[in-house]
Amino acid sequence: MIDLQQIHRNFQVGDQVVHALDDIDLHIAAGEYVSIMGPSGSGKSTLLNLIGLLDRASSGRYLLDGEDVTTLSDIEQAATRNHRIGFVFQAFHLVPRLTAAENVELPLVLAAMPVEQRKPLVARALESLGLSDRAHHKPEQLSGGQRQRVAIARATVTEPAVLLADEPTGNLDHKSGDDVINILESLNKRGITLIVVTHDPEIGGRARRRLEMRDGQIETDSATESQGA
Amino acid sequence: MHNRDVARFALVALRGYPGRTTLMLIAMAIGVAAVVVLTSLGEGARRYVSDEFSSLGTNLLIVIPGRSETAGVNPTTLMGETPRDLTLDDALALTRSYSVRRIAPLNVGSTDVNWHGKQREVTVIGTNHEMLAIRHWELSQGKFLPDSDLDVATPVCVIGSKIRSELFGAKRAIGEWLRLGDRRFRVIGIMGSAGRSIGVDVQETIMIPVASAQQLFNTPSLFRILVEAKSRAAIEPVKRFIVDTLQERHQGEKDVTVITQDAVLATFDRIFSALTYAVGGIAAISLFVAGILIMNVMLVAVSQRTAEIGLLKALGAAPKQIVVLFLSEAFLLSLLGTVAGLVLGEFASLLIRKAFPVLPAQAPLWAVLTAILVALLTGLLFSLLPARRAARLDPVLALSRR
Ligand SMILES: Nc1ncnc2c1ncn2[C@@H]1O[C@H](COP(=O)(O)OP(=O)(O)OP(=O)(O)O)[C@@H](O)[C@H]1O
Ligand SMILES: [Mg+2]
Repeated sequence: MIDLQQIHRNFQVGDQVVHALDDIDLHIAAGEYVSIMGPSGSGKSTLLNLIGLLDRASSGRYLLDGEDVTTLSDIEQAATRNHRIGFVFQAFHLVPRLTAAENVELPLVLAAMPVEQRKPLVARALESLGLSDRAHHKPEQLSGGQRQRVAIARATVTEPAVLLADEPTGNLDHKSGDDVINILESLNKRGITLIVVTHDPEIGGRARRRLEMRDGQIETDSATESQGA
Repeated sequence: MHNRDVARFALVALRGYPGRTTLMLIAMAIGVAAVVVLTSLGEGARRYVSDEFSSLGTNLLIVIPGRSETAGVNPTTLMGETPRDLTLDDALALTRSYSVRRIAPLNVGSTDVNWHGKQREVTVIGTNHEMLAIRHWELSQGKFLPDSDLDVATPVCVIGSKIRSELFGAKRAIGEWLRLGDRRFRVIGIMGSAGRSIGVDVQETIMIPVASAQQLFNTPSLFRILVEAKSRAAIEPVKRFIVDTLQERHQGEKDVTVITQDAVLATFDRIFSALTYAVGGIAAISLFVAGILIMNVMLVAVSQRTAEIGLLKALGAAPKQIVVLFLSEAFLLSLLGTVAGLVLGEFASLLIRKAFPVLPAQAPLWAVLTAILVALLTGLLFSLLPARRAARLDPVLALSRR
């Protein structure tokens, strides 16, 4: 479902060009569970943002479900993000003024879904993450683990095909980090394509398919390794 | 996104930053209130002057000796310099038109009044019985000047109520003889409390027949002739009739100026309207300043909420939606500020009206509408730049900055 072909992403820093992604070829099938590891600055976040259509490649082709999304307009890309992609960030990124329920509702509001359709979806998303009793709490009244669970509810309320998580446990203690990973994995078991960027080898090792990045390239891919072996 | 959701999001955002919101509300409200108060003052002054002129009488024409260069009002005509005399015969000649309802000749002078040793200086008006009706004056006691020929110098006078109380105190004034200059006049009437005239308080004047005034001040000429036309439509024909008649009587010289009350009113109306526009415009500048403040505060808001903007983009907000969200926020703010400003301004006008009842301070509708329009437009216009900046933010950078 995700098909990256000869993707390059260069950043111009002063008179120097940084190759954040250097000729990436990557195929990820629907329903896969992929972890991306690698040293700092190796291009993990850049790759994830590109897959999530938050960033555009300098060159190369990106097919999402067979459709070339590199040439989509801003508006079409925004709609694609809204319907087909969910994000979970290290810093949660909840809107502080809004309650948990309102934060979860946000993607549906942006999609102009009528109120009466929104409410049951939000309630269901909160319930499946065990947050029903926190629906009307503001983010500041929630623990880190609860905040990340709200963020996951928000990312999944539109029932996207892909869930992208950039160090989802980076700001959490071990226990709540574990909870979050368990939740993400259970979502994957129900069919969502899950891609997790992490520094934690223990977490990265739990994925069925593991990518190692270095200097903008995919150094090892457990899928091709096992093929080769 | 539905409009209701946009409005709700904007409202929650405004509530989320109460300090900033209050500051901008105040700036906007002050601007709008300034327009309302200043234009209401200008309008009040205009109405005050226009009311004063209306109190001169209805369908009134004023004949002034001397030809003014321009047809309108200028300082010379108002000062009443006298290059060629108007006479009682001139005044009589003006009654010979079907369209003229009544005329009143006018002589004005100043002299001492004496009664039983009490003395003060007074303004003496020489006129005829028609004056009462022309000026819509009322008597409180007695009769007005007798209906006799203009050249009959009857020794009677009508005194203002202030003169009466100063000279006579609680004593009966009607029938008493008082002395004006070196002549004696019998008091036959006392002016009612109503009745003003530009610059002169009727209550401080004494009125005598015009022929008596001519003797008293030793002059054959008149200061003014007041002419009342039968209707509004008759004002222009009467004006032509006056000019033609007096030209004929003055050996073909066009040596009088006829001003109509309408013309005077129109002139003052123009002056005060211009004044109102001017102060309104100056006040509108404060709206502009409020606009610049809004722009700055919105720019700060955008940079403070960078991560939130990045998030909205990640969740699928198109750039246009971000613009709409921020513009709505600014618009809502301007709207609330405008409402607060209108309430504040109208309240201040009310206080002014209560404190100075003669000044009908009320902001004209055009000023209120303009203030609303300008406030809303500046709010939108000045937040366009911040909103566009928000929409252009790179979501990756926006989300990674913490
Ligand atoms: N906007 C940018 N401008 C310039 N250089 C950038 C930009 N974004 C990323 N880079 C560079 O691209 C490279 C890859 O960055 P990226 O954020 O993908 O690394 P990462 O693997 O996610 O690192 P970390 O583990 O520290 O998050 C780095 O060298 C970084 O400096
Ligand atoms: Mg990273």
